[in-house]
Amino acid sequence: MEILVCVKRVPDTAENEIEVKSDGTDIERDDLVYSVNEWDNYAVEEAIQIRDKVDGSVTVITVGDEESEEVLRREMAMGADKGILLSDDAFEGSDGKGLAGILKAEIEKGNYDLILTGAQADDGAGQVGGMLAAMLDFPYASLVNSIEVIDDKKLKVGREIEGGNQEMNEIDLPCVLSIQTGINEPRYVGIRGIRKVASLEIPVHGASDIGISSDSVGEAGAKVKRLDYFMPELGEGAEILEGSMEEIAEKLVELLKAKGGIK
Amino acid sequence: MAEQVFTYITYKEGIADDSALELVAAAKKIYPDASLTAVVTGAGADLDKVCNEMAASYQEVWKIDNQQLAYPNAEVIQKLLVNILPKDSLFLLSHNTFGMDLSPGLSIKMETTFVADAVDFEGLEGSNLKVVRQEYSGMASTHVLCDISAGAVINVRPGVFQPDESKSAGGTVVDKSAEAGELSVSRRYLEIVEAEVGDVDITKEDVLVSVGRGIEDEDNIEIADELAEAMGAVVSCSRPIVDAKWLEKSRQVGTSGQTVKPKVYLALGISGSFQHLGGLKGSPFIVAVNKNPKAPIFQVAEVGVVEDLLEFVPELTNKIKEG
Repeated sequence: MEILVCVKRVPDTAENEIEVKSDGTDIERDDLVYSVNEWDNYAVEEAIQIRDKVDGSVTVITVGDEESEEVLRREMAMGADKGILLSDDAFEGSDGKGLAGILKAEIEKGNYDLILTGAQADDGAGQVGGMLAAMLDFPYASLVNSIEVIDDKKLKVGREIEGGNQEMNEIDLPCVLSIQTGINEPRYVGIRGIRKVASLEIPVHGASDIGISSDSVGEAGAKVKRLDYFMPELGEGAEILEGSMEEIAEKLVELLKAKGGIK
Repeated sequence: MAEQVFTYITYKEGIADDSALELVAAAKKIYPDASLTAVVTGAGADLDKVCNEMAASYQEVWKIDNQQLAYPNAEVIQKLLVNILPKDSLFLLSHNTFGMDLSPGLSIKMETTFVADAVDFEGLEGSNLKVVRQEYSGMASTHVLCDISAGAVINVRPGVFQPDESKSAGGTVVDKSAEAGELSVSRRYLEIVEAEVGDVDITKEDVLVSVGRGIEDEDNIEIADELAEAMGAVVSCSRPIVDAKWLEKSRQVGTSGQTVKPKVYLALGISGSFQHLGGLKGSPFIVAVNKNPKAPIFQVAEVGVVEDLLEFVPELTNKIKEG
């Protein structure tokens, strides 16, 4: 099975406090720790496990600048066979539809049976997989938390729905799936693993290589545009307990007792 | 003519989801005099029940009765909506697991724009709708301009709009079943596998000590266990803890886990994503302990402690034991 996994380099929200620039044009990007989007990492692990069972290949792809190459290389160190970087100044500022269009153009040059994305990334939209599927006229399932290969024509997939329940579907190949965290346990990648793939070539494709006109993507093609960033309204906000750790603990014990939190 | 807004109604066992009336409020925030049409799909008596209920809040209810729609398979519904919705429609859905499945692809097929997980609308500037969203797990908000001149599909976050209870629409149910068109699919619904029942039922507990990513390591869960024991509480958790297989799925609070209604909720190292908070009902007294003062959990907590939980929680446990 030929599997493609779409990945993205994002600021790691577990490692960073996100601050908005004073002029609101962006978040503060100095000193941010970047990593591969958490959901994508599960998608790559799933792809590798499927390939190891039924044969085939895993290709990881991303739209981004040259720094995005590091996340491709990291996923290749996990076990992906190939990487493709889609990079062009014209791609900058693309909305979700723009990104899906860029990916579609590259995908149509290949012959993939299964395309995986993460269920969402840093903007929390979770839109590229579904858009890509519609553009390719492939069936789609989102929030997938189990995959079973039935044969080379179809899969059985579980979708995570409300209340911890799972919706089981049979889906024809080729298809696009967005992968939920927890579907597997992504393997650890050490420095040695990354060194091993350091010299592998990762092709870079720009707009003209994949036959995309510059005005259909990027800022120019975007129908959904981000105006500014701002810090969320605090509302009432929590009363922050002050003092030494011992004093805070004492205050909290009193509060918890008053609210019936200590039996 | 009033501006028209369409919504899709999700329901279970003949009862519409809360989002059905939240979407009425959301539509009125965009156009105060909006003419509202609800699309309701399914088969049998439950469908009629929901259609009649919705007619109180929507001017028109489009009923599509079809055995193929007995379960809302997003691929089937996508085809149906492309067949029945007017071009350039403004279409609102809930950003629930169905809306996430359906809407991005629908926007492509409808040749229109898409905005996911809208939390507010701040008016129109020409044909651009100003939408508020959140990024980076709720740590930053953004204003987004969405060109709706050729319609739009917008997913609205569940729970952010107060349900519109006015129920004064006096609407009519229109049977559109004959217009459903061809609905063949390459994704077939099989069954729902119910969540496994765990050793404790966190939905019945009054006091929960809940752990999130800030616990850092599986061995540290012990710290929360000790605190819970001292308080007479039970340990629950957020999603990353279950993903890491440190606790059972049945202990997860959130839209994809359990919906809990405790009196007191102690959130340890939980950032407070909307999916997590969506599982927290009944206005509990929330105490948040997090070393990141920007964590969204502090917006909803009554009391906050900005400390490393690995140091603070043992201290708190000691104080409780001292009595």
